[in-house]
Formats: sequence, C-alpha cells, structure tokens
Amino acid sequence: MAITMAQALNTALHDAMAADDKVVVFGEDVGVLGGVFRITDKLAERFGERRCFDTPLAESGIVGSAIGMALYGYRPVIEMQFDGFTYPAFEQLVSHLAKMRNRSRGTVQLPVVVRIPYGGGIGAVEHHSESPENLFAHVAGLKIVSPGVPSDGYSLLREAIDSPDPVIFFEPKRRYWLKEDTDLPVTREPFGQAVVRRTGSTATLIAYGPMVRTCMDAAEAAEDEGWELEVLDVRTLVPFDHHTVIDSVKRTGRAVVVHEAQVFSGFGAEVAAQVAERAFYHLEAPVLRVGGFDVPYPAAKLEEFFLPDVDRILDAVERSLEF
Amino acid sequence: MSSASLTPDPTSLLPPDPPIQLLDDDGNLHEVEGYPLDLKEDDFRALYRHMVVARRIDKQAINLQRQGQLGVYASLLGQEAAQVGSAYALAPQDWVFPSYRELGAALVRGVDPAKILHLFRGTWLSDHDPYEYRFGLLSIPIGTQVLHAAGFAMGAKFDGADLVVMAYFGDGATSEGDSHEGMNFAAVYDAPCVFYVQNNQYAISVPLSLQTKAPTIAHKAIGYGMPGYRCDGNDVLASYALARHAVDRARAGQGPCLIEAVTYRMEAHTTADDATRYRTPEELEEWKRRDPIARFETFLEREGLLDDDFRAQVEQEGQSYARRMREEIYDAPHGDPLELFEHVYVEPPASFDEQRAQLSRELQGRGDS
Repeated sequence: MAITMAQALNTALHDAMAADDKVVVFGEDVGVLGGVFRITDKLAERFGERRCFDTPLAESGIVGSAIGMALYGYRPVIEMQFDGFTYPAFEQLVSHLAKMRNRSRGTVQLPVVVRIPYGGGIGAVEHHSESPENLFAHVAGLKIVSPGVPSDGYSLLREAIDSPDPVIFFEPKRRYWLKEDTDLPVTREPFGQAVVRRTGSTATLIAYGPMVRTCMDAAEAAEDEGWELEVLDVRTLVPFDHHTVIDSVKRTGRAVVVHEAQVFSGFGAEVAAQVAERAFYHLEAPVLRVGGFDVPYPAAKLEEFFLPDVDRILDAVERSLEF
Repeated sequence: MSSASLTPDPTSLLPPDPPIQLLDDDGNLHEVEGYPLDLKEDDFRALYRHMVVARRIDKQAINLQRQGQLGVYASLLGQEAAQVGSAYALAPQDWVFPSYRELGAALVRGVDPAKILHLFRGTWLSDHDPYEYRFGLLSIPIGTQVLHAAGFAMGAKFDGADLVVMAYFGDGATSEGDSHEGMNFAAVYDAPCVFYVQNNQYAISVPLSLQTKAPTIAHKAIGYGMPGYRCDGNDVLASYALARHAVDRARAGQGPCLIEAVTYRMEAHTTADDATRYRTPEELEEWKRRDPIARFETFLEREGLLDDDFRAQVEQEGQSYARRMREEIYDAPHGDPLELFEHVYVEPPASFDEQRAQLSRELQGRGDS
C-alpha cells in the first residue's frame, strides 16, 4: 500500500499513544488543527486534550515544560513548528535536555522526543527551510535521527518515543508527501544501523533525511554514465553507524557525503573524518562533501541554486573519479 | 469597544501594599487578615532551628571555599527566613525546583547539605537523588528551572495527583524569558505551581531598578492572570503564612500564583564576587538591622519559646551539620574518571567504547589506575 511520510509519522504517533498512556504530544497548533503539516492529525480527537494539546507560542516553554513533564513520568513528544523556530529553545535543549541525566549521575531520565520539520525545497519564507541538525549532533546527550523514507519515518519515530534518552527527530518536510509501498506497522530496527538503499561499485553516496531521495535520483541518472552508485542512508546521525559506512566505502573506494546543510563544519565533515581515519588505505580519492553553500538559507526563488541536486552530486562523483 | 467591565475584577490579582509582614522589625507579632498563623510551639522552634542551622552551614560552606575545598559558593546569608518559611509550607509529596542558592530550602526538605556542596567542589555536577527528597537538581542557567517546575506541575495536574510544586528563582531571573514562559504555561493550564521569587535586590551587581520598570515583581502576576503576593522576606512568619496560603490554594485547584519575598543578600553574589564595588556599607548596615534570625529570636524570647537549653541544642545541631559537611567535603576525592561515560546516555553510542578505552590507556600512562 502506498504510504506517505506524513501518514507514516502520524500512524507512528497514533500507535505509540495507544501503546503507552504516558506518551503525550504537545506544541503549537498540534491539537485541533493537527499540526501545520497535519502530522498530529486526529490525536487530540482520539486521545483527548490531556494527551495531545496546544501550547502557548513559546518554544523554550515547550521544551522546558516537556523536561518537567518527563521528570514527572510522562514521555513527551513535542513539536517545533519549523526548524528556524527551534532556536528560542536552544538553552533548554543544550543545557538541560541533553545534560540532566549526566548531571544527576543517572538518577534522572528524560525520554523526550523533539520533532522538527526541517530542510528546504518547499518555497517557504525565511526561517522555514533550515537544516540545523549538526548544531545538535555536536551536543553530547542527544540522539539525532532523520528518516529518508516513509517506512523509516514510522520505525524510527516509534524507536525514538521508546528511547530512554532524549531524541531530536528531524523530519524532512519536503518529503512529507513522498510515497513508498509498505504496510504499517513495519518491523522496527534499533538506532545506529545505517542501511544501503541501492548497491553499486563505482562510489558510495552517503545521505540522510531529504537527500536520500535526491541521491537515489542521482544514482539512477548516473546509470547513463555507466556509473553504479551505492546509496547509503545514515538514518541516525547519533549514534552513528560507522561500520556500515566503512564497509561500503571499502568496497567502492570512493565516497561523497550529501546534505542540505551548509558544508563548512557540517555533518559531512564528521563522516569524511571517520572514513579517513578508518578506511584511509581503501580510498581512491578524498571523501567529497556536497551540501548547501556557506551562506544563509536564501529566499525561495533562489533555493534551487543553493540546494544540492542531482547535478551537483554527479559533479562530485565525477571529481572523485578523476582524482 | 465594549464598556463592560472585566469579571472578576483583575485588580484583585494585584499584590497587597505594603508587603505582608507579621513580625515587625522589633519582633512584635501583628496578625494579618487572610493569612492566619496555624503554627504550634514546635513549629516555631522548628523554623528557628532550620534558620540557625542554615546560617551555620552557610558559614561552613564559605569557610570551605576559603580553605580551597570548594571552587566557589553562593551564600544565602540574609535569606534564611524567605527560604525556610516558604519550604516549611510544603507537604512531603510536594516538589521544589531550586536555583543554586537554596541551601536553606534544601535543609527543610531533608536534603543533606553536604551532598549539595559536591557541585561547588566539582567532584560531580550534582550528588543528590531528586526523587528521594522531591528536590530538583540545582539549576545554574538563570530562570531555566521555572519551566521544569511548570511542566512538572502540569504533569501532576493532568495525572490528578495531590501535589504542589514550588519554583525558586531570583529578581534577576524575572527578566529571563524562561521565567516568563514558565509562569505563563502554568497559568494557562491552571497548574499547581507556586512561583517564589526571592528578591534579594541584586543580580550579581545589577540592582532591581535595572531589571524591571514594574512597580514590584509581584505586579507581574496580573499579566499571567494569576495573583501576585508580596511579603517581608526577612520575616519568617510572613514568609511561611503567605507560602501556606499559596500552597493551599494551588492544592485546592485554584492554580498558580507568584510570591515576591523582599529580602537582601547580605553576602556577595558568590565567593568570587566583590560586593563593595556596587553597594554601600550603609545599605548593608541598614539590612543587618532587619536580620531575619535576630528578629525572630526577639519574638521567641518574648513568647518564652527560646531558653538557653534550646539555644544550646540548636547550636549543637548546627555544629553537627557543619562537621558533617567538613567530613564529606574536605579533600573529597573525585570519582573514577571512567564514570564520565556512564551517565550521558542510557544507551551510549559505540564511540564511547573507543573513548573509554583511550582514557583507560591515558590513566595507565599516568599511573592513576
């Protein structure tokens, strides 16, 4: 059955709330409206206003009160309406959500999931298209997840809600309407397992979230050049599965990391370093990074020039092959 | 615009003026309507005992810092009445979310103050189990714990629990967005949370006049649709009676409120601060005359509740707490460095194995392990 990412995420929330009455969903417009992207559709209607509710318009308030509710014993799943509106909550995320368990020497657990629709490609106004995942990947104490396909949307969100550790769950908003033939619920896999989406021997494309689809398109287009590109979906940035990445790169000898976020100091730098440290003698070329430019996310009419696309990815593959 | 007046009259949310005071500066008791004292003789003695012990352990903590045993310490001197009086109004099942200056409130809640000092020594970031004492972790980023208190109270309300939360913060913290958001969230959901501001006049060096143009901190409550109250925070009986009122109404489902306890930080901000750079000796002397313990002693003596035996007993108890602190903190060893990896995650990433192994090798190289 064809299921969209949005449907998969919504079903995961429904199933998680049905499975555990300590799971509560709150944020801006997540109640009656069902969220601006409808990811929380019908949760308030089905589970009542104590389990799914709207909050005042205050992101730090949402994260901070989720910490309090988690201390009480709930498992909050909260929504930051857009990537660029996460920043008011930065202090609560970094100074408390990430650190409180360690501070308490393990006596406190904060099973909180922070859902963030992220990334561009939807023609939005400023602050609605950003990719801040690496700001959080750098913070010890958080797990960072981003699904690339609908079945992973379901599986990873259920895992995130069951996780005893706090999770920042980055939803690729331009892929909310991406379809996949699958039946829910899918079999769940634990965090920390990257997956090969397409096998190939010429080079490995490493991606997560919205760029998984773009890399699949690039791999298909590359067939015209006679290149067989392997596409690897990282799925969880933290914990990072270097084993699957290294296995793939050892087979292909070439790697290109792709994300929407700007390249400088982005997650691709971490992947490149891991590959260089662990598979140096297997590399035929340096690990190349493809991403947004090191400029602020541009106005909507210019985003196609900023975002990585099939051409920019294939150009990098060509540079790798020519090295 | 409609000319219909608002019901109920929002001015009922405004704080009393002057602040509620039961004991005047000379220790005379004046009952105030609406804030009855339900205390028995044993309660009066307990309040005294907590305040004296709080002052004694505060002095001990400062001494430990002077001796190089603590990196830094934030004194509560002068705020004993505000802390002890308010915490004394809580029931065992209630929760406290403190900032970092609440050693007095911790004492009332039964937390071992010696444990708290590990934070200031740096042996670990915290060392008490919040669930054992219903006393949250000390929160250093200003005002951030106000949101945890609000969220906890929301959880209690949704769960139908008989539980009140008290959030402690300071005058400076009222400028932070998180304290605003915390009070707003609690008010919107009618959460059983008492927001307890100890207005000790300074945020490190910055006086209250540079924090707000509000007539008083308590006036801010009306903006959240909850009552604001003000008391003489150097009067332990007013601090108690007002907190009692606030806790009772929260427990009865009447929602949150804001209390401003007007007090004074008689020490510097921390042992690393020099208060002579921003306040005058005259001001300090003025507040010393309003010392919370001296005033309460006068009252107790007049009531015949404070004799030499009891005084000696309390003195003894203070010494015993101080000794316990010295024993716990003096030259306390730091924990096993490998514990750094233990508590970050329930399910740590694989990179922790490599880094733990690296640190193990480094420790062997040093001969520490």
